[in-house]
Amino acid sequence: MTFLDRFNQIHWDEMKISIHSKTAVDVENALQSSRLNHEQFLALISPAAEPYLEAMAQKSMHLTRQRFGNTLQLYIPLYLSNKCTNICTYCGFSLDNKIRRKTLKMEELDREVAAIKKMGFDHILLVTGEAPGTVGVSYIKSVIERLRPHFSHISIEVQPLDQEDYESLMEAGLDAVLVYQETYHRSAYEKYHLRGSKMDFNYRLETADRLGRAGIDKIGVGALIGLEDWRTDSAMVAAHLDYLEKTYWRTRYSISFPRLRPCEGEFQPVSVISDRQLVQLICAYRLFKPEAELSLSTRESEKFRDNVLPLDITTMSAYSSTHPGGYADDNILGNEDLEQFTIDDNRRPEAVAEAIRAKGLEPVWKDWSHCFSH
Amino acid sequence: MLKIADKTFSSRLFTGTGKFSNSQLMTDAIIASGSELVTMALKRVDLNEQQDNILAPLLKHNLNLLPNTSGARNADEAIYAAQLAREALGTHFVKIEIHPDPKYLLPDPIETLKACETLSAMGFAVMPYVHADPVLCKRLEEVGVAAVMPLGSPIGSNLGLKTKEFIQIIIEQSSVPVVVDAGIGSPSDAAFAMEMGADAVLVNSAIAVARDPVEMAIAFKDAVIAGRRAYKAGLGGRSLQAQASSPLTAFLDDF
Repeated sequence: MTFLDRFNQIHWDEMKISIHSKTAVDVENALQSSRLNHEQFLALISPAAEPYLEAMAQKSMHLTRQRFGNTLQLYIPLYLSNKCTNICTYCGFSLDNKIRRKTLKMEELDREVAAIKKMGFDHILLVTGEAPGTVGVSYIKSVIERLRPHFSHISIEVQPLDQEDYESLMEAGLDAVLVYQETYHRSAYEKYHLRGSKMDFNYRLETADRLGRAGIDKIGVGALIGLEDWRTDSAMVAAHLDYLEKTYWRTRYSISFPRLRPCEGEFQPVSVISDRQLVQLICAYRLFKPEAELSLSTRESEKFRDNVLPLDITTMSAYSSTHPGGYADDNILGNEDLEQFTIDDNRRPEAVAEAIRAKGLEPVWKDWSHCFSH
Repeated sequence: MLKIADKTFSSRLFTGTGKFSNSQLMTDAIIASGSELVTMALKRVDLNEQQDNILAPLLKHNLNLLPNTSGARNADEAIYAAQLAREALGTHFVKIEIHPDPKYLLPDPIETLKACETLSAMGFAVMPYVHADPVLCKRLEEVGVAAVMPLGSPIGSNLGLKTKEFIQIIIEQSSVPVVVDAGIGSPSDAAFAMEMGADAVLVNSAIAVARDPVEMAIAFKDAVIAGRRAYKAGLGGRSLQAQASSPLTAFLDDF
């Protein structure tokens, strides 16, 4: 039994209708509840909840502070490779995009690590495209082994892997895996993923189950907002999370809510979420799962990040470069021909930390220890 | 004076270092609380960095450190973490926190007992965070822990002493100090635990997340002193009804 069995019983259109049929009474009921069920989450992301945004924000800020204290965790993504054998019509790394392809060699990796450590980071997220020939499990494993002495917490955002691959990476020092379904709409998914292993919707959907069985410490879930109706996709994320929490109860979970941004290629989102609606969604996630980590990347603007961070956010990246080799390279922002997507918040880590302090929160660089890595 | 292992404490309020908005505020609140034993998560501190923003102020003010193993999911990880802490911080005190459940952070009794047995045998002063389970507390005592730390309610919940009947049993039966930990949301909760006869309380979230952590630290300090004093003075019994007459035994007066 995996999430796929449950997923096959959920009907996209019924879920969508259910969200849109929620009323003010449902929203008020959800706001008064201390532990929300999935139906109540639907009420909070529904159009009926839009007038209640301030109340949602107040309550979710309170829950965030109570659970996580006055702190905010910082991490940095490290792009190892932009090689990719998939064609995904929305992605800058897509095989059919004519960008310069690069995979970091070990000596280049060392230069990146040195540059990152200088900035103060201790939690790192490794990112690659999907190119099992060059950037397969053995490459990722050797990178993790090389980074282990330098970082307290190592996450990856790479292609879905088999359970035994995850177990082997965990032995090398892997702490967390982020894997987003992109969209839970099966036929839309097929339309966006035209070539490569990523075409396999089911294998991707069952990734979190394989991770849970491997006993990973943390799993990140999410949908890429813009590929399909954002409300229904988010409702699916919530259902997925509900299932995972009950099944793999030892694992921690984080949720991301990346919005599609302009990138290489001519892709335009089919579902646009406004700033206001994104705040509504983030607050709804917080009210639904007070213990979940909510992560906000530099895809969002400085202004948006600074205003949302005290409400619900527990984890943030800073000064990200999405091109491999971007940190050691002085000209970090000048290499747009290698990028996956455009960064909006370009501030240096210290400036982001200062913005966090200005909101009365302590920026946390280290919050994990090797003793707890498998 | 409270004695745990080889250390004595004049304050019965233990505090923590998590959730503060900055290191200065943390230091000020801890000093104001009068606490002499301060717990901190190993995962948050950089043991190789003397200028670590949690560790440095604690060392500067000569506070007794109680490193905790928050993040450990089993006995082996907790044991390893305790050894690292002893080596780096030079204290044999350790708070064992093993919560494999990241949602409510409830302690795993089986792994906790295992870790405590090993660490006590290795000479640690072990203070385990446990559910308010009287039998478990006795079992822990048998393997040599220095104190037991039953929870009032889940960590950070501020829900107060939801387990009070069981804590009462633990206090009654225990031969080692009982430190009520987790869930104490207000000074009245702390005073109540002390009135019940707890040897100490550990408070972190309720101070760190208060609007004014320093004032709240003082309020907790006073509450713990008042609660302890009341316990020693002997509280009168409570009853909703007046006890004027004795309808069932009045007939005895006739004899």
